[in-house]
Amino acid sequence: MHPAFSVIFFTVLSGAGFGLFALIYLADLFKLGGGLPGAYVFWTGVLAIVMVGVGLLSSTFHLANPKNAWRAFSRWRTSWLSREGVLSVAFYPFALAYLALYWLDMWPLVRHFAGACATLLAWLTIFSTAMIYASLKTIRHWNTPLVPAAYLALGHFSGGMILLVVAMLAEVQALPFVLLSLFQLFVAAFVKVIYYYWIGRLGVGSTINTATGFTRAQVKLLDAGHTHGTFLTQEFGYIVPRLTAVSLRLISMFLAFAVPLVLLYFALEFHAPVLGIAALVSVFAGLVAERWLFFAEARHVVNLYHGAQRC
Amino acid sequence: MRLGLVIDLDVCVGCHACAVSCKQWNASGTTGPLTDYQPFGAEPSGVWFNRIRHFEVGTYPNNKTVNFPMSCMHCEDADCVTVCPTGASYKRAEDGIVLVDQDKCMGCNYCSWACPYGARELDRESGTMKKCTLCVDRIYDQNIPEAERQPSCVLTCPAHARMFGDFDDPNSEVSKVVREREGYVLMPELGYNPTNHYLPPRKHKPIPTDIGADKAGLAGKLKQFVNRMVKR
Repeated sequence: MHPAFSVIFFTVLSGAGFGLFALIYLADLFKLGGGLPGAYVFWTGVLAIVMVGVGLLSSTFHLANPKNAWRAFSRWRTSWLSREGVLSVAFYPFALAYLALYWLDMWPLVRHFAGACATLLAWLTIFSTAMIYASLKTIRHWNTPLVPAAYLALGHFSGGMILLVVAMLAEVQALPFVLLSLFQLFVAAFVKVIYYYWIGRLGVGSTINTATGFTRAQVKLLDAGHTHGTFLTQEFGYIVPRLTAVSLRLISMFLAFAVPLVLLYFALEFHAPVLGIAALVSVFAGLVAERWLFFAEARHVVNLYHGAQRC
Repeated sequence: MRLGLVIDLDVCVGCHACAVSCKQWNASGTTGPLTDYQPFGAEPSGVWFNRIRHFEVGTYPNNKTVNFPMSCMHCEDADCVTVCPTGASYKRAEDGIVLVDQDKCMGCNYCSWACPYGARELDRESGTMKKCTLCVDRIYDQNIPEAERQPSCVLTCPAHARMFGDFDDPNSEVSKVVREREGYVLMPELGYNPTNHYLPPRKHKPIPTDIGADKAGLAGKLKQFVNRMVKR
């Protein structure tokens, strides 16, 4: 698949934003580390909402006809893309109400209700984003429960890293945040390792034989019937070289999980939040590489009509 | 009604006339124009509803070239319709034709991801997804003679490799020919339940091509050697 930068940017940023919001609400609810100071909760919540908003806006950049984007809210009964749109917009009033009531320090019960609803909607939106890909029967690399698992795990891991840096800056008791981040780091890393293992051993799916119906002979494409590329070759024909894919997998795992682990240790040892921020930068660089690979490594079955033997 | 096409792979000569006539008819049809990018430039490309691929089936000497025209299969379980977030893609209840409402499409490409047959192509100029309409603006037109109320590709095909009809009617030409010639659908394992069917090539004895090759003299062997080198 052609990796579109706007979609990579959107999924990484809004995933982290939704994860961050859910974790802020839970950290505030359970008074994690003795409770974050009010201003920190508020401004981190604003950051989460801005990340979600910027991500959603950037996702409209890959539309060829954005003037009809408003219609995407209409088919939520069948389409995961529509569900994602509806849920992400529904998230906003609850999230804003939560933060407004936090700022005004009013109606704690209503505030908690709004926060809980926003958190639930954040989870559902990340799940819908992932299901856009996981629901496609045409792309076996995506058609697995590991995809929503990875999106949820990575969204919470990257959001949790932001929360950890906030906790370090706020100088509250860091241990609960560290434990939370470590837990999420390992879950996310394990899901990705399992995913890479899984897509390396997909077994037999559609082949050039089932695509043409000649199942008892060797079939070979002689001519694709077009002189230059088509929409299909541009959108689906992208092939990432094997060595690039393997090295990028290692780089993304290294940047997203290994580097932050080491930096976190030293950040806590020397009480240096700046190392925490460095860890954050590393996480997001790693996730962009991870998301680029997620798209680039996926193989659409239409490639069987352009020369691929199996998909 | 379940309208669709049958394509006879035994007689298709791979002339691309169906694709050209499709382009000609639909360029001014309901979803037209079918934009071309750099038609006379170095990298010509553009929107087509119908594309013909050419495959080699079997191995030498029992091999055969099969020309393979493909357009929208008008699937019964069309995922392109269910994934569409705007409702621009729809399948008509009355005849099963899958269409894209050009006024509603936002050009997100999601339907093209869901289609295994590569039937949908984005028009970069209009920003909307375009696809085979089964010439819906022709097959119901009361102003043209009844015999011509067929998709443009079917009328054009010089080898009569394309048939159009109602698959719900067991006595229609398409239903009969699919029954008699063991017509099949592409990638049935994905469960899209396509309407369009393909008729397999009839079985022929392989035509011997290397008679006398063993008895070739020095000149013949030299020719074989040169042929091998040129092929490389």
